[in-house]
Amino acid sequence: MSPEDPLNLPVDSDVDVRVPRQRGELRAAPWAVLGTIAAGGVLGAEARFGLATLLPHRTGQFPWATLLTNVSGCLLIGALMVLVTEVWAAHPLLRPFLGVGVLGGFTTFSTYTVDIQQLVRAGAARTGLLYLAGTLVAALAAVYTGIVLTRLVTRPHKPRGEDFR
Amino acid sequence: MTVLFVALGAMVGAPLRYLTDRAVQARHESVFPWGTFAVNVSGSFILGLLAGGVSAGAVSGRVWALLGTGLCGALTTYSTFGYETVRLLQERARFYAVLNAGASVAAGLGAAFCGFVVAQAIWG
Repeated sequence: MSPEDPLNLPVDSDVDVRVPRQRGELRAAPWAVLGTIAAGGVLGAEARFGLATLLPHRTGQFPWATLLTNVSGCLLIGALMVLVTEVWAAHPLLRPFLGVGVLGGFTTFSTYTVDIQQLVRAGAARTGLLYLAGTLVAALAAVYTGIVLTRLVTRPHKPRGEDFR
Repeated sequence: MTVLFVALGAMVGAPLRYLTDRAVQARHESVFPWGTFAVNVSGSFILGLLAGGVSAGAVSGRVWALLGTGLCGALTTYSTFGYETVRLLQERARFYAVLNAGASVAAGLGAAFCGFVVAQAIWG
Protein backbone atom coordinates (compact mmCIF):
# COMPACT_ATOMS: atom_id res chain seq x y z
CA MET A 1 0.00 0.00 0.00
CA SER A 2 1.50 3.34 -1.01
CA PRO A 3 1.45 6.30 1.38
CA GLU A 4 -1.20 7.97 -0.79
CA ASP A 5 -3.75 5.16 -0.44
CA PRO A 6 -6.75 5.64 1.85
CA LEU A 7 -5.76 5.21 5.46
CA ASN A 8 -7.43 3.42 8.32
CA LEU A 9 -6.24 6.01 10.83
CA PRO A 10 -8.78 7.49 13.26
CA VAL A 11 -10.01 10.98 12.33
CA ASP A 12 -9.55 12.56 15.79
CA SER A 13 -6.18 12.07 17.49
CA ASP A 14 -7.49 13.06 20.94
CA VAL A 15 -10.32 10.55 20.97
CA ASP A 16 -12.26 9.04 18.06
CA VAL A 17 -15.53 7.82 19.58
CA ARG A 18 -16.24 5.76 16.44
CA VAL A 19 -13.27 3.50 17.28
CA PRO A 20 -14.66 0.94 19.80
CA ARG A 21 -11.44 0.64 21.82
CA GLN A 22 -11.17 4.41 22.25
CA ARG A 23 -14.90 4.73 23.04
CA GLY A 24 -14.50 2.26 25.92
CA GLU A 25 -11.10 3.37 27.26
CA LEU A 26 -12.42 5.90 29.76
CA ARG A 27 -14.96 3.52 31.31
CA ALA A 28 -12.38 0.73 31.52
CA ALA A 29 -9.80 2.75 33.49
CA PRO A 30 -10.97 6.35 34.06
CA TRP A 31 -8.29 7.47 36.51
CA ALA A 32 -5.45 5.77 34.65
CA VAL A 33 -6.50 7.46 31.38
CA LEU A 34 -7.08 10.92 32.89
CA GLY A 35 -3.94 10.73 35.06
CA THR A 36 -1.84 9.70 32.06
CA ILE A 37 -3.23 12.59 30.00
CA ALA A 38 -2.59 15.05 32.85
CA ALA A 39 1.03 13.84 33.23
CA GLY A 40 1.64 14.08 29.48
CA GLY A 41 -0.03 17.49 29.39
CA VAL A 42 2.34 18.81 32.06
CA LEU A 43 5.39 17.56 30.13
CA GLY A 44 4.12 19.10 26.88
CA ALA A 45 3.21 22.43 28.47
CA GLU A 46 6.60 22.70 30.22
CA ALA A 47 8.37 22.01 26.91
CA ARG A 48 6.28 24.75 25.26
CA PHE A 49 7.03 27.12 28.16
CA GLY A 50 10.74 26.28 27.89
CA LEU A 51 10.83 26.99 24.15
CA ALA A 52 8.94 30.27 24.63
CA THR A 53 11.49 31.30 27.30
CA LEU A 54 14.41 30.41 25.00
CA LEU A 55 12.94 32.25 22.00
CA PRO A 56 11.11 35.26 23.41
CA HIS A 57 9.53 37.79 21.06
CA ARG A 58 8.84 41.44 21.69
CA THR A 59 5.52 43.13 21.02
CA GLY A 60 4.95 43.38 17.29
CA GLN A 61 7.59 40.77 16.42
CA PHE A 62 6.97 37.42 14.73
CA PRO A 63 6.16 34.73 17.37
CA TRP A 64 8.70 32.12 16.22
CA ALA A 65 8.52 30.00 19.37
CA THR A 66 4.77 29.34 19.05
CA LEU A 67 5.12 28.61 15.33
CA LEU A 68 7.96 26.16 15.99
CA THR A 69 5.97 24.50 18.78
CA ASN A 70 2.83 24.06 16.73
CA VAL A 71 4.53 22.90 13.53
CA SER A 72 6.82 20.37 15.26
CA GLY A 73 3.88 19.08 17.33
CA CYS A 74 1.92 18.58 14.11
CA LEU A 75 4.77 16.64 12.49
CA LEU A 76 4.96 14.39 15.55
CA ILE A 77 1.19 13.75 15.81
CA GLY A 78 1.16 12.53 12.18
CA ALA A 79 4.03 10.15 12.91
CA LEU A 80 2.55 9.02 16.23
CA MET A 81 -0.88 8.16 14.83
CA VAL A 82 0.64 5.95 12.12
CA LEU A 83 2.86 4.24 14.70
CA VAL A 84 0.12 3.52 17.26
CA THR A 85 -2.49 2.52 14.65
CA GLU A 86 -0.53 0.64 12.02
CA VAL A 87 2.93 -0.25 13.28
CA TRP A 88 3.06 -0.91 17.01
CA ALA A 89 0.83 -3.13 19.08
CA ALA A 90 0.62 -0.05 21.28
CA HIS A 91 -0.17 -0.07 25.00
CA PRO A 92 -3.70 1.35 25.48
CA LEU A 93 -2.29 4.33 27.43
CA LEU A 94 0.35 5.28 24.84
CA ARG A 95 -1.94 7.38 22.59
CA PRO A 96 -3.56 9.14 25.59
CA PHE A 97 -0.10 9.89 27.01
CA LEU A 98 1.81 11.02 23.91
CA GLY A 99 -1.00 12.19 21.62
CA VAL A 100 -3.60 13.72 23.94
CA GLY A 101 -1.22 14.63 26.76
CA VAL A 102 2.28 15.51 25.53
CA LEU A 103 1.50 16.78 22.00
CA GLY A 104 -1.88 18.28 22.96
CA GLY A 105 -0.27 20.05 25.92
CA PHE A 106 2.74 21.12 23.83
CA THR A 107 0.81 22.67 20.93
CA THR A 108 -1.65 25.48 21.52
CA PHE A 109 -4.39 27.17 19.57
CA SER A 110 -5.17 29.90 22.10
CA THR A 111 -1.63 31.34 22.07
CA TYR A 112 -1.79 31.31 18.25
CA THR A 113 -5.02 33.36 18.13
CA VAL A 114 -3.99 35.74 20.94
CA ASP A 115 -0.55 36.20 19.27
CA ILE A 116 -2.40 37.43 16.16
CA GLN A 117 -4.66 39.69 18.23
CA GLN A 118 -1.58 41.17 19.95
CA LEU A 119 0.18 41.74 16.60
CA VAL A 120 -2.86 43.53 15.19
CA ARG A 121 -3.11 45.60 18.37
CA ALA A 122 0.58 46.56 18.10
CA GLY A 123 -0.04 47.82 14.55
CA ALA A 124 1.75 44.86 12.93
CA ALA A 125 -1.26 43.51 11.02
CA ARG A 126 0.89 42.35 8.10
CA THR A 127 3.10 40.27 10.40
CA GLY A 128 -0.10 38.95 12.01
CA LEU A 129 -1.53 37.85 8.68
CA LEU A 130 1.77 36.24 7.68
CA TYR A 131 1.91 34.40 11.00
CA LEU A 132 -1.75 33.32 10.67
CA ALA A 133 -1.29 31.83 7.20
CA GLY A 134 2.28 30.61 7.73
CA THR A 135 1.38 28.58 10.82
CA LEU A 136 -1.71 27.07 9.18
CA VAL A 137 0.06 26.01 5.98
CA ALA A 138 3.20 24.75 7.73
CA ALA A 139 1.21 22.84 10.38
CA LEU A 140 -1.00 21.04 7.86
CA ALA A 141 2.01 20.20 5.68
CA ALA A 142 3.79 18.91 8.79
CA VAL A 143 0.93 16.54 9.75
CA TYR A 144 0.84 15.20 6.18
CA THR A 145 4.63 14.81 6.09
CA GLY A 146 4.57 13.01 9.45
CA ILE A 147 1.99 10.51 8.22
CA VAL A 148 3.58 9.86 4.83
CA LEU A 149 7.21 9.68 6.02
CA THR A 150 6.37 7.32 8.89
CA ARG A 151 4.49 5.00 6.55
CA LEU A 152 7.40 5.01 4.12
CA VAL A 153 9.99 4.35 6.81
CA THR A 154 8.05 1.62 8.61
CA ARG A 155 7.27 -0.51 5.56
CA PRO A 156 10.36 -0.30 3.35
CA HIS A 157 10.63 -3.86 2.02
CA LYS A 158 7.12 -4.47 0.76
CA PRO A 159 6.93 -5.36 -2.96
CA ARG A 160 4.95 -2.91 -5.05
CA GLY A 161 1.35 -3.79 -5.91
CA GLU A 162 0.89 -6.21 -3.02
CA ASP A 163 -0.79 -5.66 0.28
CA PHE A 164 -0.23 -8.15 3.05
CA ARG A 165 -2.54 -6.61 5.56
CA MET B 1 7.94 28.95 40.69
CA THR B 2 6.39 29.83 37.31
CA VAL B 3 7.09 26.25 36.19
CA LEU B 4 4.86 25.01 39.00
CA PHE B 5 1.93 27.21 37.99
CA VAL B 6 2.27 26.09 34.36
CA ALA B 7 2.22 22.45 35.53
CA LEU B 8 -0.88 22.94 37.70
CA GLY B 9 -2.78 24.58 34.85
CA ALA B 10 -1.75 21.94 32.30
CA MET B 11 -2.70 19.17 34.72
CA VAL B 12 -6.30 20.38 34.48
CA GLY B 13 -6.30 21.65 30.87
CA ALA B 14 -5.22 18.47 29.06
CA PRO B 15 -7.77 16.08 30.68
CA LEU B 16 -10.45 18.77 30.32
CA ARG B 17 -9.82 18.84 26.54
CA TYR B 18 -10.10 15.06 26.36
CA LEU B 19 -13.36 15.00 28.37
CA THR B 20 -14.88 17.89 26.39
CA ASP B 21 -13.93 16.27 23.08
CA ARG B 22 -15.50 12.95 24.15
CA ALA B 23 -18.68 14.62 25.41
CA VAL B 24 -19.14 16.75 22.28
CA GLN B 25 -18.23 14.03 19.75
CA ALA B 26 -20.65 11.54 21.36
CA ARG B 27 -23.54 13.96 20.78
CA HIS B 28 -23.48 14.45 17.01
CA GLU B 29 -23.19 12.35 13.87
CA SER B 30 -21.44 14.78 11.47
CA VAL B 31 -17.77 14.45 10.48
CA PHE B 32 -17.07 18.03 11.59
CA PRO B 33 -14.72 17.94 14.62
CA TRP B 34 -16.92 20.02 16.94
CA GLY B 35 -15.09 18.79 20.06
CA THR B 36 -11.71 20.29 19.15
CA PHE B 37 -13.43 23.36 17.70
CA ALA B 38 -15.19 23.92 21.06
CA VAL B 39 -12.02 23.71 23.19
CA ASN B 40 -9.98 25.87 20.80
CA VAL B 41 -12.58 28.65 20.59
CA SER B 42 -13.37 28.72 24.32
CA GLY B 43 -9.65 28.58 25.19
CA SER B 44 -8.98 31.49 22.81
CA PHE B 45 -11.68 33.55 24.54
CA ILE B 46 -10.24 32.87 28.01
CA LEU B 47 -6.68 33.65 26.90
CA GLY B 48 -7.88 36.86 25.21
CA LEU B 49 -9.59 37.81 28.47
CA LEU B 50 -6.39 37.11 30.42
CA ALA B 51 -4.28 39.09 27.91
CA GLY B 52 -6.64 42.03 28.37
CA GLY B 53 -6.32 41.61 32.13
CA VAL B 54 -2.51 41.64 31.87
CA SER B 55 -2.49 44.82 29.76
CA ALA B 56 -4.84 46.47 32.30
CA GLY B 57 -2.54 45.40 35.12
CA ALA B 58 -5.27 43.26 36.72
CA VAL B 59 -3.80 39.82 35.98
CA SER B 60 -0.50 38.87 37.63
CA GLY B 61 2.33 36.83 36.11
CA ARG B 62 1.38 33.87 38.29
CA VAL B 63 -2.26 33.90 37.19
CA TRP B 64 -1.09 34.17 33.58
CA ALA B 65 1.24 31.16 34.04
CA LEU B 66 -1.49 29.10 35.74
CA LEU B 67 -4.53 29.92 33.59
CA GLY B 68 -2.88 31.19 30.39
CA THR B 69 0.29 29.19 29.68
CA GLY B 70 -0.86 26.17 31.69
CA LEU B 71 -4.64 25.83 31.44
CA CYS B 72 -5.47 27.49 28.10
CA GLY B 73 -2.26 26.23 26.50
CA ALA B 74 -3.05 22.61 27.36
CA LEU B 75 -6.82 22.93 26.85
CA THR B 76 -6.36 24.12 23.28
CA THR B 77 -4.41 22.19 20.68
CA TYR B 78 -2.92 22.73 17.26
CA SER B 79 -1.79 19.12 16.77
CA THR B 80 -5.32 17.68 16.99
CA PHE B 81 -6.70 20.55 14.89
CA GLY B 82 -4.05 19.99 12.20
CA TYR B 83 -4.38 16.22 12.30
CA GLU B 84 -8.17 16.32 11.95
CA THR B 85 -7.98 18.77 9.05
CA VAL B 86 -5.48 16.60 7.17
CA ARG B 87 -7.51 13.43 7.88
CA LEU B 88 -10.65 15.11 6.54
CA LEU B 89 -8.72 16.02 3.35
CA GLN B 90 -7.52 12.42 3.02
CA GLU B 91 -11.05 11.07 3.56
CA ARG B 92 -12.23 13.14 0.56
CA ALA B 93 -14.23 15.37 2.92
CA ARG B 94 -12.54 18.45 1.44
CA PHE B 95 -15.47 20.75 2.21
CA TYR B 96 -15.32 19.88 5.92
CA ALA B 97 -11.53 20.20 5.97
CA VAL B 98 -11.64 23.72 4.53
CA LEU B 99 -14.61 24.60 6.75
CA ASN B 100 -12.75 23.33 9.83
CA ALA B 101 -9.58 25.29 9.07
CA GLY B 102 -11.46 28.48 8.16
CA ALA B 103 -14.05 28.36 10.92
CA SER B 104 -11.54 27.41 13.65
CA VAL B 105 -9.21 30.28 12.78
CA ALA B 106 -12.06 32.79 12.30
CA ALA B 107 -13.97 31.81 15.44
CA GLY B 108 -10.80 31.43 17.52
CA LEU B 109 -9.58 34.88 16.45
CA GLY B 110 -13.02 36.38 17.06
CA ALA B 111 -13.09 34.81 20.51
CA ALA B 112 -9.60 36.14 21.34
CA PHE B 113 -10.57 39.68 20.29
CA CYS B 114 -13.87 39.47 22.23
CA GLY B 115 -12.08 38.23 25.34
CA PHE B 116 -9.63 41.12 25.15
CA VAL B 117 -12.44 43.67 24.73
CA VAL B 118 -14.44 42.17 27.60
CA ALA B 119 -11.34 42.41 29.83
CA GLN B 120 -10.88 46.07 28.87
CA ALA B 121 -14.55 46.71 29.73
CA ILE B 122 -14.11 45.04 33.12
CA TRP B 123 -10.67 46.31 34.14
CA GLY B 124 -10.01 49.18 31.72
